[in-house]
Amino acid sequence: MVDTKRIWSLLEQVNDPEVPVLSVVDLGIIREVRETWSGGAEIVLTPTYSGCPAMDAIRMNIRMVLLSNGYQDVRLTTVLSPAWTTEWMSEKGKDKLRAYGIAPPLPLQQVCHPGLFVREEAVACPHCNSYHTTLISQFGSTACKSLYRCEDCGEPFDYFKCH
Amino acid sequence: MIKDSLIDYTLHLADNALVLGHRNSEWTGHGPILEQDIALSNIALDLIGQARYLYQYAARLLNDRAADRVTSLAPGAREATEDSLAYHRDGWDFKNCLLVEQNNGDWGKTILRQFFFSAYQYFFYQQLAERKDRELAAIAEKSVKEVSYHLRWSSEWVIRLGDGTEESHRRMNDALDQLWRLTGELFTPSSYEKTLVAEGIAVDLVALQPLWEQRVADVFRQAGLTEPARGWQQTGGKEGKHTEHLGYLLAEMQFLQRAYPDNEW
Repeated sequence: MVDTKRIWSLLEQVNDPEVPVLSVVDLGIIREVRETWSGGAEIVLTPTYSGCPAMDAIRMNIRMVLLSNGYQDVRLTTVLSPAWTTEWMSEKGKDKLRAYGIAPPLPLQQVCHPGLFVREEAVACPHCNSYHTTLISQFGSTACKSLYRCEDCGEPFDYFKCH
Repeated sequence: MIKDSLIDYTLHLADNALVLGHRNSEWTGHGPILEQDIALSNIALDLIGQARYLYQYAARLLNDRAADRVTSLAPGAREATEDSLAYHRDGWDFKNCLLVEQNNGDWGKTILRQFFFSAYQYFFYQQLAERKDRELAAIAEKSVKEVSYHLRWSSEWVIRLGDGTEESHRRMNDALDQLWRLTGELFTPSSYEKTLVAEGIAVDLVALQPLWEQRVADVFRQAGLTEPARGWQQTGGKEGKHTEHLGYLLAEMQFLQRAYPDNEW
């Protein structure tokens, strides 16, 4: 019998290698933990972005953490639908992001809008909390982030963009 | 018959994403400014990620088919994988549209190529997400979110360049001269697409075209660019007949796997 509650708590130790303050549970990419017919554990996960290079590392780290806690029969299943959204990120995860210096995703507003020169979401600077910020680029240091600048404290910062 | 068409269709979609992703990746480290270098590299990453899911699905379909046909399990026959499909096929096996394989040219040509393709891919994935094949629909549902960022970014750049300086405007018109005749292929169904449209699996390209034209017209109006007459359109890529550019791209992309088969990092 697989103790899924214990596995969920073990998964909280597996961090996103690109944003190491977030666990895979905080990110909302673990969709389900269940027992397989052979009595093993099956972890169902979904990628943030199709090309996210961290996914392979995340899958390996999940295996390592579970293996070192006695789970040998582990199956990782990737599902694409429903597609991951920043709505699934935990509130705790958003607080951790802010403390780490990355502005957390805002509640669903203009997600993935293809409109031209649309008004940007009002993103608060994670350093000084000012809303007087400017988008520099929709594409940042990783697929999931865009690049902003704070006009008050002058610091550039990453914004975990809505998706 | 349907299964063969589905394999061809999946490869066609995968090749589109991989080839354009590879072209964009050629800009990595060479972009005009750091932020835009990063932007185009991010777009490349999204496209190559989409290609991986599509190749994985195509490989599964191919291996299932091989298992069904005992004759194809010849000694030494090997299973298809996402890597074998990307690295071990020749130019005439690739089914991507001619548009995506064109060389990068200057920044204007790269931007216009991306805009034409993103405008197509955005509406395409939206509709594919509603079609019958559940695997393709799931990949489309995931990918359309990424493509909306690509579409917005490339649209804004077309306007910035078209409505920019005299030189940027001239360069956009040069790019338009080179690329316009390749856009018709996006809406010209291949034989496998026709088969699958009837089955409710493939996107009906004829219905897609007005949406694309509307987007192009909106952006061109703001960019101060004029769409040429539709005119004669070059096709063939979907059936494996390519321009000279694809061979050079594959020679570079596949070099390592050709020289050292199955080598791994």
